[in-house]
Amino acid sequence: MYSRTKLTSIHLLVISITILFFRTDLTLAEQRLQVQLSYAPNVSAPLQRNPSKVRVDLETKEVTARLADGVDYNFWTFGGTVPGPMIRIMEGDEVEFHLSNHPFSKMPHNIDLHAVTGPGGGAASSLTAPGHTSTFSFKALNAGLYVYHCATAPVGMHIANGMYGLILVEPEGGLPPVDREFYVMQSDFYTKGEYGEEGFQPFSMEKAIDEDADYVVFNGSVGAMVGDRAVRAKVGETIRLYVGNGGPNLVSSFHVIGEIFDTVYTEGGTLPNQQNVQSTLIPAGGSAIVEFKVEVPGTLILVDHSIFRAFNKGALGMINVEGPDNSLVYSGKQADRIYLPEGGAIQEVAVANEEPAIPLTHEERLQRGQRIYEQNCAACHQMEGKGISGVFPPLANSDYLMQDLPRAVRVVISGLTGEIDVNGKKYNNIMPSQRLNDHDISNVIGYITNTWGNQAELLSAAEVAEIRAALANH
Amino acid sequence: MNWHRITRLLWVGVLGIVLTAYPFNMAWGNRSVRIPSGSYKPLYRNEGEPFQVEVTSFLLDKFPTTNQQFLNFIQQHAQWKRSARQDLFADSRYLAHWSSDLDPHGIGHHLNSPVTNVSWFAATAYCRAQGKRLPTVHEWEYAASAGFFNPDGSAEPGFKEHVLEWYARPAFRTLPAIGRGLTNYWGVADLHGLIWEWVLDFNSVLVTGESRGDGGLERELFCGAGSVRSSNFEDYPAFMRFGLRSSLKAHYTLNNLGFRCASDLNLQKGEYK
Repeated sequence: MYSRTKLTSIHLLVISITILFFRTDLTLAEQRLQVQLSYAPNVSAPLQRNPSKVRVDLETKEVTARLADGVDYNFWTFGGTVPGPMIRIMEGDEVEFHLSNHPFSKMPHNIDLHAVTGPGGGAASSLTAPGHTSTFSFKALNAGLYVYHCATAPVGMHIANGMYGLILVEPEGGLPPVDREFYVMQSDFYTKGEYGEEGFQPFSMEKAIDEDADYVVFNGSVGAMVGDRAVRAKVGETIRLYVGNGGPNLVSSFHVIGEIFDTVYTEGGTLPNQQNVQSTLIPAGGSAIVEFKVEVPGTLILVDHSIFRAFNKGALGMINVEGPDNSLVYSGKQADRIYLPEGGAIQEVAVANEEPAIPLTHEERLQRGQRIYEQNCAACHQMEGKGISGVFPPLANSDYLMQDLPRAVRVVISGLTGEIDVNGKKYNNIMPSQRLNDHDISNVIGYITNTWGNQAELLSAAEVAEIRAALANH
Repeated sequence: MNWHRITRLLWVGVLGIVLTAYPFNMAWGNRSVRIPSGSYKPLYRNEGEPFQVEVTSFLLDKFPTTNQQFLNFIQQHAQWKRSARQDLFADSRYLAHWSSDLDPHGIGHHLNSPVTNVSWFAATAYCRAQGKRLPTVHEWEYAASAGFFNPDGSAEPGFKEHVLEWYARPAFRTLPAIGRGLTNYWGVADLHGLIWEWVLDFNSVLVTGESRGDGGLERELFCGAGSVRSSNFEDYPAFMRFGLRSSLKAHYTLNNLGFRCASDLNLQKGEYK
C-alpha cells in the first residue's frame, strides 16, 4: 500500500514537472515579439520598448518587375521588393532570425546583416536552399543603421540583382523624435541593353565587373520616388531620412536639392556628428541618417550629386512639401530683367528674326531643328525625346505635344508651370521660357513633331510669329 | 529485278524514318553518351588536387531523367512512392508536383519534363536500378564545360552568354520537356538552361554560407575537402552551381533540381560497384 502511494506521488510529480516544463517552453516561444517590417519609403514607428527577445521572418524571392518604364528585370529580393524591408530593432534585442527561400527560387540565398557580430554577419549560418528555412540567433550589440545583403556566391551578382536592405538598431532610449521618417536606398544595376532599352533586360556580368552602371536608382527602380510616388511632408516638419547604399559598386554623393541637412549621423553611426551639410558621402554597403526641417513649400529633389547618375541613370527622388509660403526664407522669382554685359547697345539678339537668304528645304529645317533641340531641350527631354518618367515629360509619342501644336509653340515661348497630364502620367514641374526666334521655334517644333514616331505638318515662322503676337496681346 | 530493289530501299527508308522519330529515351531508358577522357579546370579544388583535373572516359545520360522514367522506376520500387517517403531519405516536398503516388501529371510538368523534387537518395536509387550511378562533380563539370562546337565552351563565342541566360531569368513555372535545346560537343543535352542536377559527391567541395571567407577555411572543418580559392572569378555559373550544391543536404528536394545518371565505361549493366 505504502509503495503504491509513493509511486503515485512520484508519478504526479513527474507529470507536473513535465507540464511545467512544456508550459514554460510554450510561454517563452509566445513571448518573442514579432518584428514589424516596413517597405521603402515607409519606416515603422519608433519602438519605445526595452530590449526584448524578438523574432524576424524574412523571405527571399526571385521576381520579374519594372526597373524603368518598359524595362523589366529579374530581381533577386528580400521580401519581394528592392530594397528589402527595413528591420527595426533595439540595441540589446535578442533576435531569432528566420530566413526562408521561396520554393520557386532558382538560387540558394543567405543573409549578412552588418548589425551582427559573428562569422559572416549571419551568412555562415543562413545559406538556404530553395524551399527551405534557416534559423539563427544573434544579439544586437551595437546601435546604428546597418545594411544587410545576400552573401551567397557569386556575392556581387546577388547584390547586383537587388538583395539588400537596411536594419536599424535603435540606441537604448531611441533617437530624438521627428515628424516624419523615410527609408531611401540607392543602388546600381547592370543590364545587357543600354539605359532605357525596352523589354526584359538580363544582368550584364561584364558591365558589373567594369562598374559601368546603366541604372542608378533610389528604391529599386527609375521613378520609384517621383510624381505620384513622391513622399510628402508639411512646412515646419522635421524629416529624418534613413539612407542606405546597396551598391554593388558605386559610392553615393547623397544630396537633397533645396535643403541643407541640419544633422547628419555620418555613415549611419549613432553620433549626430555633423551639422549644416550639403552632400553626404554614403559608401556602398553603408548608410547615413540625415535630418532637416522643411521651411518652405515645394518639391525637394533627392539626387546622387555625381550628377549624371541623377539625370541620365535614374537617381532622382522627390519630397513634396505642402504649406504656406515663407518669402523671408525663399522669395520665389522676384524679377527677370535682360542682362546686357556690354551696356545697352545689344538688344535681344537671341530673338532677332533673320529670314534665311534661301528658304530651307524640309530636310534642312528638321536638321536645324535637331541642332536647336540638342542645345536647348535635350538636357531635360533627353536625346531620344523620352524625358525622365515622372520628372520631365516625354516628347516621343506624347499625346500632350501632338494634340495641340500652337500650345507647344506657346510653351516654348513662355514656358510652362504646373500640373499636366502626358500619356496618362502626371507631371508637375517648371519649363523655362526659351529665347528662340520664330524660325528656330518653327524648326525645333517641326523636329520634335516629326521624330521618334511623331508626325505632323511643319509650322511656318509666320505662324509662330502670329502665336507670339497673340500671346503679347493677352 | 530493279523494281524489287527500289521497293526494298523504300521499306528501309520508311523504317529509318519511323525509328528516327520514335522516342527511344522514353521507352527504353535514357541513352548514354560516351564522354572521352580529358581534363578541365575546376572552380574549386580539393587540397592536393592539381589545377587541371583529369577525367577518365565515362558514360553520361544524354538527357536528364524524366517524370515518365521515374514513374517506371517507382512502379518497380514501391519504397520510393511518395506515400512511402521517410524523412531521412527525402524531405516533405518529395515529388510534390505529382498529383498522386503514380500520377506524374502535376502542375507545370510534362511526362517528358525532367523529374525534380527528388532527393539525392532517390536519384541514387534510380541510377542504381539502371545499373548506373550519379556523375561526380568533376565528371559533370567536365561534360558541361563543352560548348556546342568545341570541347572547351569557354573559348566559344556566345556559349557563356547561353549558360548565363538561364540564371538571369526567373525559374520556369512550367518545366519544358527535355531535349528542346542544342546538344553539346559530346552530344549531351540540357546540361544548361533547364534544371540544376544532383551529383554523386555534391557535398565534398564546399562553399560555406560565407563564401567570401572560403579561401581561409580550416580544412578539417570539412573532412579534408574544404575548398581553396576559386580558379576563375568570372565563371559566375560555376560559382552558382557550387553555391547551390553546398546549400543542399542529401534528403533535400528542390523544385528545379533533378539528375541524370552516369556509369563507368567498363561496367556491364547491373554490375554496380
